[in-house]
Amino acid sequence: MALEITESRPLGKPIKRKEDARFVRGQGRYLDDIKLPDMLYLALVRSPYAHARITRIDTSRAQALPGVRLVLTGEDLAKMNLAWMPTLAGDQQMVLATGKVLFQYQEVAAVVADSRALAEDGAQLVEVEYDPLPAVVDPFWALSPQAPVLREDREEASNRIFHWEVGDLDGTERALRDAATVVTERIRMPRVHPAPLEPCGCIADYNAARGHLTWYVTSQAPHAHRTVLAMVAGLPEHKIHVISPDIGGGFGNKVPVFPGYVAAIVASISLNRPVKWIEARTENLTSTNFARDYHMEVALGADRDGRVTALRVSTVADHGAFDAAADPTKFPAGLFSIVTGSYDFPVAYAAVDGVYTNKAPGGVAYRCSFRVTEASFLIERAMNTLALRLNMDPAELRQRNFIAPERFPYQSPLGWTYDSGHYAATLQKALDIVDYPALRREQAERRARGELMGIGLSTFTEIVGAGPSSTFDILGIKMFDSCEIRVHPTGKVIARLGTRHQGQGHETTFAQVIAEELGLTTDDVLIEEGDTDTAPYGLGTYASRSTPLAGGAAALAARRVRDKAKKIAAHLLEVDEAEVEWDGQNFVAMGAPDRSVTMPAVALAAYTNLPHGMEPGLEATYYYDPPNLTFPNGAYVAVVDIDKGTGAVTVRRFVAVDDCGTVINPMVVDGQIHGGLTEGFAIAFMQEIPFDEDGNCLAPNFMDYLVPTAVETPHWETGRTVTPSPHHPIGAKGVGESPNVGSPAAFANAVIDALSPLGVTNIDIPLFPWKVWEVLREHGVAE
Amino acid sequence: MHIEVTVNGRLRSADVEARTLLAYLLRDEFNLTGTHVGCDTTSCGACTVIWDGLPVKSCTVLAGQVDGGAITTVEGLEQDAQLHPLQQGFWDNHGLQCGFCTPGMLMTTYALLQRRPHPTETEIRQAISGNLCRCTGYQNIVAAVQQAAARLSAQDAMEEVQA
Ligand code: FES
Ligand code: FES
Repeated sequence: MALEITESRPLGKPIKRKEDARFVRGQGRYLDDIKLPDMLYLALVRSPYAHARITRIDTSRAQALPGVRLVLTGEDLAKMNLAWMPTLAGDQQMVLATGKVLFQYQEVAAVVADSRALAEDGAQLVEVEYDPLPAVVDPFWALSPQAPVLREDREEASNRIFHWEVGDLDGTERALRDAATVVTERIRMPRVHPAPLEPCGCIADYNAARGHLTWYVTSQAPHAHRTVLAMVAGLPEHKIHVISPDIGGGFGNKVPVFPGYVAAIVASISLNRPVKWIEARTENLTSTNFARDYHMEVALGADRDGRVTALRVSTVADHGAFDAAADPTKFPAGLFSIVTGSYDFPVAYAAVDGVYTNKAPGGVAYRCSFRVTEASFLIERAMNTLALRLNMDPAELRQRNFIAPERFPYQSPLGWTYDSGHYAATLQKALDIVDYPALRREQAERRARGELMGIGLSTFTEIVGAGPSSTFDILGIKMFDSCEIRVHPTGKVIARLGTRHQGQGHETTFAQVIAEELGLTTDDVLIEEGDTDTAPYGLGTYASRSTPLAGGAAALAARRVRDKAKKIAAHLLEVDEAEVEWDGQNFVAMGAPDRSVTMPAVALAAYTNLPHGMEPGLEATYYYDPPNLTFPNGAYVAVVDIDKGTGAVTVRRFVAVDDCGTVINPMVVDGQIHGGLTEGFAIAFMQEIPFDEDGNCLAPNFMDYLVPTAVETPHWETGRTVTPSPHHPIGAKGVGESPNVGSPAAFANAVIDALSPLGVTNIDIPLFPWKVWEVLREHGVAE
Repeated sequence: MHIEVTVNGRLRSADVEARTLLAYLLRDEFNLTGTHVGCDTTSCGACTVIWDGLPVKSCTVLAGQVDGGAITTVEGLEQDAQLHPLQQGFWDNHGLQCGFCTPGMLMTTYALLQRRPHPTETEIRQAISGNLCRCTGYQNIVAAVQQAAARLSAQDAMEEVQA
């Protein structure tokens, strides 16, 4: 199990997490734990209608309530030119509604009062009259010319947000015409929500005398938020101090800026007092973003031998009332073009149409590098359909079509350069762990007895670490990341990064990277993130980008420190710099192994005993702009049994073999895999945010939007292959999202595999027992 | 209303509105912010504390109800600068990631081990089924509780030998 944290050469070891010292004592400092003197509380008034014209707002009763300090409406904000705010996707979103509301639970007014409860009381007293309008719920209907145009603020009289396409349409059509086999399928990834256990919130603390705003916020990207705020609110950027304290999970939910944040800032500026806004769970699930909601149609061609020849995908993407996706600006459909997956397609084409509907705005990348989960689900499900059609074992079909190891760096038909991978070996390892041939034999026996057992595979490739500045930016800001390292006279280190962890363990893993490079222990290295006044600029933690970017920056900053340290070591050893070697822990005089100096000795010399003319101090900063993205991959196998009486699916085994390149901390990696698989399990079997025809949200809380408990969560088996990324400074690829990207298809493929003798090729996820049972009943096998 | 309650062995008092929930009595009045609030439907268990020996979701108990009672929160687990074996178990086994569910998990499993010192995996999973975790997938939490159970019974055995 976990080793002591004083271990030297810590990279790759299961070192216990430093941050846990406070968390196990209940001494984390999350947003709602922060209380400032004279702090007020903000509550929001929300729309009960999905689509309605506001005919009257009367705030007088709320204003008369003792303890209420301020009531804000959209009209008030309009006077400050703040009724709308830009989204990260280049759209705009209403802060507080003016004219029309466009989704149920939309923010209509804000009430600020002396206590949480009084703010809620005040919100109840705000009277709003609405004239309901027909709601547009179905994204396909939204695209029809008869549908009402929802967004009156846009010039374009259409509900289409964008049309995006990539690849060779003509070539793909030709190849599909020539293919021996073409399978088609409609595959849906429903609307879900990241639902971190801690909801979103902020405290805005404006000080008029200093013209300074301190903004505590549950932010995965504090630097980017500061810049956006400077642009929107017109405050000078150096007078905005963003502090992102401990975060109780993010999963993409805490990347965007929300109306509650802007309302709290306006209130704090208006009242010159700190104002806290914390959303309730219901507000979280109904308004602060959702993910997915992709309606995909795929055609996949193959030749007689089962070799894939072409892939065509068209998608309708329901973004809700505002396009509040947090994608890199040039990628309205994120990195969906990874949709050719792990397979060697000669030609492909993908198109996505983004659509407005009367639903909450989004969609965020939920534990996923921008629509990669959708892409992975699609291709892994489609490969399954092809295997069924060809009557070929799905493992064999995959082995036949994998991109071969010698093809890397591999140019995908949709424009990516995959860095590395050994897909066949990774799959083989997973098959060995589960003993695949034995499982297939068991399945045949059970089938003969009429039992429903299924085995599902997913052999996905992810694309993470956005990204190289040539291609990736958010509102123009390039998507590099950064690390600053200061080595103090006694050899102790403070390192700050532009990322912000939310449970990933950066305080430990980045300490491991830096300690490894500097010959120290993780105890010697304090990691700090989330404070824009102290940390170097970076784009934050999401899309599995921390290790590929900030991890690279940390290693390279440490190497810069080591370069200078080497010069000082030469001075201490009284030899030429060329005569000094780094043995991984000490600087050694070449040919004289008994003569060495440690990093702490060099650090002391950097402040006390420098070579003549050298600048004092020992520190370095690195802004890492990666040459490419990284492509983690994995092979997952799910084994399920289906109850013919209830349609309930039991996951009997689940084996996940991941290849995330170099592993910094195997304990943390396994933890990330367990957590991501559990989220993937939820998506496959129980999570969806549905709406009725009037646009009422039908899963607004944890009673209706299900989070798996310990009882139904399967036992996870993990394994690894290690194919380092050739371009990353330590060969690491990032891992946090792989299990969530890769696993939903493995679960779904297992269920379809169990039902395939009935001729079933697809059931839309989530695979609720009732849905599976209905299919069983249709085929006359339900008990 | 005036409330007097023993919290982590210490008598505390506060004057609060009648509608105040126990979670906010602890967090806002006594500054014990280890007790978290993660939902509004009594679903998540992040707010779990021990009230007169039983685990309760403090977001669904009125402060007034605990008047005269005794509450243990996560802040009360560590004794004499010694982490409780459960806290150590969560740390050793990577039973937490963001840490938001952790205090509730600790209190629920603390109550479990008092009731059943040697729980099976199924019993552990059932005991924490009212506590949601979005990060860990529960597997390492189960391992953490198993380690703590083993250590606690070893400790008990030692004490018996010494007595
Ligand atoms: S806060 Fe979720 S159960 Fe109490
Ligand atoms: S550790 Fe994050 S919710 Fe459990």
